[in-house]
Amino acid sequence: MRNKVLSAPYLFWMVLFTVVPLILVAYYALTGADGGFTLKNVSDVRQFSGVIFRSVWLAVIATLICLVMAYPLAYSMSRLRPQMQRVALLMVMLPMWINFLLRTYAWMTLLENTGLINQLLGLLGIGPLQLINTQGAVVLGMVYNYVPFMILPLYSVMTKIDQGLIHAAQDLGSNTLGVFVNVVLPLSMPGITTGITMVFVPAVSTFAISRMLGGGQNLMIGDLIELQFLGTSYNPNLGSAISMVLMVLVLLLMSAMNQYADEEKEGMII
Amino acid sequence: MKRIVIFALILMMLVGLAAPAFAATPLDTSNMDTAYYSRFKDAGITINVFNWGEYISDGRDGSVDINAEFEALTGIKVNYNMFESNEAMYAKLKGGSVSYDVVIPSDYMISQMIAEDMLLPLDFSNIPNADNVDPKFLNMTYDPENLYTLPYTWGTVVIIYNTTMVDPDEDVETWDILWNEKYAGQILMFDNPRDAYGIALKKAGHSLNPASVSEVEEATELLKAQNKLVQTYVMDQIFDKMAAGEAAVGPYYAGDFITMQNDNPDLAAAYPREGTNIFVDCMVIPTSAKQKEAAEMYINFMLEPEVGLANTEYIGYSTPNLATLALLDEETTGNPITYPPSETMEKAEFFLDLPQEVKLAMDNGWSTFRNDDEAFNFWLMPVLVVVALAAVAMMGIGRSRKKKVEY
Repeated sequence: MRNKVLSAPYLFWMVLFTVVPLILVAYYALTGADGGFTLKNVSDVRQFSGVIFRSVWLAVIATLICLVMAYPLAYSMSRLRPQMQRVALLMVMLPMWINFLLRTYAWMTLLENTGLINQLLGLLGIGPLQLINTQGAVVLGMVYNYVPFMILPLYSVMTKIDQGLIHAAQDLGSNTLGVFVNVVLPLSMPGITTGITMVFVPAVSTFAISRMLGGGQNLMIGDLIELQFLGTSYNPNLGSAISMVLMVLVLLLMSAMNQYADEEKEGMII
Repeated sequence: MKRIVIFALILMMLVGLAAPAFAATPLDTSNMDTAYYSRFKDAGITINVFNWGEYISDGRDGSVDINAEFEALTGIKVNYNMFESNEAMYAKLKGGSVSYDVVIPSDYMISQMIAEDMLLPLDFSNIPNADNVDPKFLNMTYDPENLYTLPYTWGTVVIIYNTTMVDPDEDVETWDILWNEKYAGQILMFDNPRDAYGIALKKAGHSLNPASVSEVEEATELLKAQNKLVQTYVMDQIFDKMAAGEAAVGPYYAGDFITMQNDNPDLAAAYPREGTNIFVDCMVIPTSAKQKEAAEMYINFMLEPEVGLANTEYIGYSTPNLATLALLDEETTGNPITYPPSETMEKAEFFLDLPQEVKLAMDNGWSTFRNDDEAFNFWLMPVLVVVALAAVAMMGIGRSRKKKVEY
């Protein structure tokens, strides 16, 4: 009973700002402009499958890069002295204190053909490279913006890995690879799944990054949804249908992944 | 201790940001009708104003802070909000949960809003300064009886080019330059369907307002062909890109060209022979307004000659206010880009509200033509499947090993 009272503020918040909007999205997705029930919007989403696949693909690449980069970092961070850990954590969090759009805007000035990187390369005699307005730039923007969301959950599960377990494995004759595969990797699995969720979901639905670094040439699903609301024809029904398809897609991917991390539920929250 | 140091550093940064470069210039209100403006002096009224971003003189760089002057003169508090496109404004108003007293949308959006009963008729007896407005900008197609609107600014779309990057012999007075392969990768284009389609339609020899879906499809083909040559689709990012010499040519609003030229004197602008888009942004009162009379007072204030002068000098767009025009210097009114000659004006066209099926065709084309790199989609699927399988297999191995250890 007491627990219920304590969770009331958040429950109220969630119902008002998560459940009700979700119901509205579903309502709009399944009705036409005249308000009657229709599946036309949802079936219309098919014509955008290229955009959807592109979004998922770029988000998958960005998530994998984040994982590969963050995993060793999180491990070595968790093995530092406590004071150093706090400093390292601060270094990870520091970029997040600056607004997300400003940081992405800064990448624009870095990557442009007349930008800082190309100017520097020019001094070294390397011709201007096409950096901005490519899919690589979009992935870079995603990795840059979301890598802290991978590091933090990994770090928090890894601090819980007892150094004694690693020593024990080593004492029993396991080599470095063995320790990693049999001890560290399974114990950090909950961090991996949380990290993947927290990077993949915002990456797949981003529109600001693709707009600024992709030059509008690499339309993503977020751009597409925005267009339905802010394009020439105001079409909230199709926009909601695309959002709903995206949500179902993400839900499927996430549940497929979580099947492999069922046993280690305790570390799911950072 | 460390926390205090960090906190102090942050504080210093914030203080550094907050220090204004110049103080705002005060406005001379001595010629204004104080009896009229002080009617709501102590009523504690607040009005909500919804305008385009960067579209009012706001006290920066030594300009006049118009909203603060209005508050000081009338005692009415101004809650000022900004939007970045007509469509964003429309979506917000249509959503229904907001109430604005004054909104400043463009012509075609106004005709749509009038058609949908979203606007209140103005009480012109409450807006004496309506007499200052150039009759040329009254009774326009979007508001034929001029019941709902009073113009704020007007402007046109021009071709902006960098004289150091574009061949001096190049014919810049045509939309064709945006399709010229010589400038591949150095062309900017509007990142909103209405403006982009307008240009493509003009190039194809049609009206800015397509009469049929087939005209839209023709324009889509042109935009698709142009896509390979376009560096980026931009809105206000064009300011940075043109100023930095990142791109050679791009279309944008004439008023903004003046701002860009101040940053980079190499820039020049031209009017295409095919004709261009002319727009008028008007002050209107939506049906959700709660303070109609105060809103009309705000509109009246915007039409004061000195206020109009401060605005047009700061934002660079052309003024429809004859009293303001009289105050402007020769150099500004003689500029053929902001105040184009009559033959350009005659060829310029307004955007009109379009039938729903044409709008849908436009949005549909807009979201598909940038999106058919088949080579990419071809190898995308197999790779995705392989990656997914590998991930599943890896996790499966990890799990079975763990199980073995447990047993």
